[in-house]
Amino acid sequence: MNIEGLRIVITGAGAGLGRALALALGRRGARVALVARTAGALEAVAAEVAAAGGEGHAIPGDVGDKEAIHRIAAQAMAALGGVDVLVHNASTLGLVPLRPLADTECEALERALAVNVLGPFRLTRALLGPMRLGGDALVLMVSSDAAVEAYPTWGAYGASKAALDHLARIWSAELDGHGVRVVTVDPGEMDTAMHADAMPDADRASLASPTDVAERFVEIIRHAGSIPTGQRVAAQGFSAGVCS
Amino acid sequence: MQADEVLAPATGRRGDALAERLMVIDPATGRLLDRRIADLPELLREGDLLVLNDAATLPASLRATGPMGEPMELRLAHARDDGAWDVALFGDGDWRTRTEHRPAPPSVGVGEALLLGDDLRALVEAVSPVSSRLVTVRFSLSGDAFWRRLYQLGRPVQYAHLQGALALWDVQTPVASRPWAMEMPSAGRPLSWALLERARSRGVALATVTHAAGLSSIGDEALDARLPWPERSEVPQATVEAVTACRARGGRVVAVGTSVVRALEGRAERSTGAGLLEAGSAVTGLVIGEGFSPRVVDGVLSGMHEPGSSHFALLTAFADAALLHASLRFASSRGYLQHEFGDSALVLA
Repeated sequence: MNIEGLRIVITGAGAGLGRALALALGRRGARVALVARTAGALEAVAAEVAAAGGEGHAIPGDVGDKEAIHRIAAQAMAALGGVDVLVHNASTLGLVPLRPLADTECEALERALAVNVLGPFRLTRALLGPMRLGGDALVLMVSSDAAVEAYPTWGAYGASKAALDHLARIWSAELDGHGVRVVTVDPGEMDTAMHADAMPDADRASLASPTDVAERFVEIIRHAGSIPTGQRVAAQGFSAGVCS
Repeated sequence: MQADEVLAPATGRRGDALAERLMVIDPATGRLLDRRIADLPELLREGDLLVLNDAATLPASLRATGPMGEPMELRLAHARDDGAWDVALFGDGDWRTRTEHRPAPPSVGVGEALLLGDDLRALVEAVSPVSSRLVTVRFSLSGDAFWRRLYQLGRPVQYAHLQGALALWDVQTPVASRPWAMEMPSAGRPLSWALLERARSRGVALATVTHAAGLSSIGDEALDARLPWPERSEVPQATVEAVTACRARGGRVVAVGTSVVRALEGRAERSTGAGLLEAGSAVTGLVIGEGFSPRVVDGVLSGMHEPGSSHFALLTAFADAALLHASLRFASSRGYLQHEFGDSALVLA
């Protein structure tokens, strides 16, 4: 996909990877609808996208809130007129500090499922009409190795991301040949506020910067046509059409 | 209207849309069939084209206060090219009161402002000569900020036949795309993606238009007599090509909803080139009724419409009024329901 003029919706765009991706796409002339809970941060990112040469639209909303989904979808459609790429990047750990399942309140798991699974499901459905009718759309699910590995204390997050991975596989199977490709991306460990919440003692120097990972995402979008739908790719190992 | 032609209203969303009733009306033979929505793919032929309205439905009903602080309701009716909106005004109250029983709104003049929420103002730019309840306003917010406030403040337009308040998702069709419609283009509501794919696998083509379906009732005699008002629509080039290809292969163009008939026929009426249709967007004021000869559309999938409504009048361009009356008597005897969550009719020869 040629990035210039591409209509892209990014959730969790107020900080971290979402913000870095919005800026990376904006620099290349994309039209980006930015979704996050905090209006102020989002408006700042939208202004940065515009300053970088793109088009940024701030759409405050919580993807974990059922009431917010159609509002978000409609505002994105009003701003962009269509959707070429939908990036489900918003995500929550459930509750921090992380703790074993034995000490996890069910509400923490419910919140993780609402934001990390139901949100992407609902927003994909709400935008499915234009994506399917457009005939050439890409849905990116931002996942984690915690979806695959059973890391102690990552239960709520890991279980929700595993569910997201499987949801992505079923979406891709059902939408295969119907104009919508679904690809799951593991961004790897990044130096973000979320990572600091999860692992406050981590050596930040060992973590990838969201800006660098965002460049990998741009490559994934650019070469999406050569990635089989339903594939799970590692962002940090991805280069021009090669899936690691 | 005869008593035996009156259908009970569907009072809200029902269960499985595929199990909803579908009255098949064949204007050529006069034959009526009592079927289900799930039968639609088998009622179409290879080579036919289904044209859907992909407009998403706006939360077009807004609480407002008048120039003197009077409580009122504003319903969006039409987005003008210059960013202004035509809106219909209602007095205090909400959808639970039948529109014709709603109190009159306070009279507002050019230059006065209505207030929505605590920061959105609607400045009156013009008042319709037909009724002071129809005014043109300009909102104090535009672009992303306007849409954000609209979606915070607005609710779907609905009427007194419903039992509960509608959520935004209740009024979106499966193909809903850009938010253009004031009321749900409801003919497409029961058409699930699985059903559309089943039709497609039988060789039925799909295409879309975006048509800003307007308000269906104001409760003001002068205004209601003039429905449907001008509505904007956009016909994409892909749809022009799909229509041309369908006609070339002898297929039938089936409009899903009266709004699609209006979009396509309104466009054909304006077409100046060699082709039947030209792509692009335009406002159409075309009113279709008995004696109108459709140039593009061969058949219509629509709701059950009562005589006297503009939707019923539109259907008389496709089938004799007598046959439509007979279909309503048959539908009534079979327990069909009407309105946006009701049953459907396919008028197709």
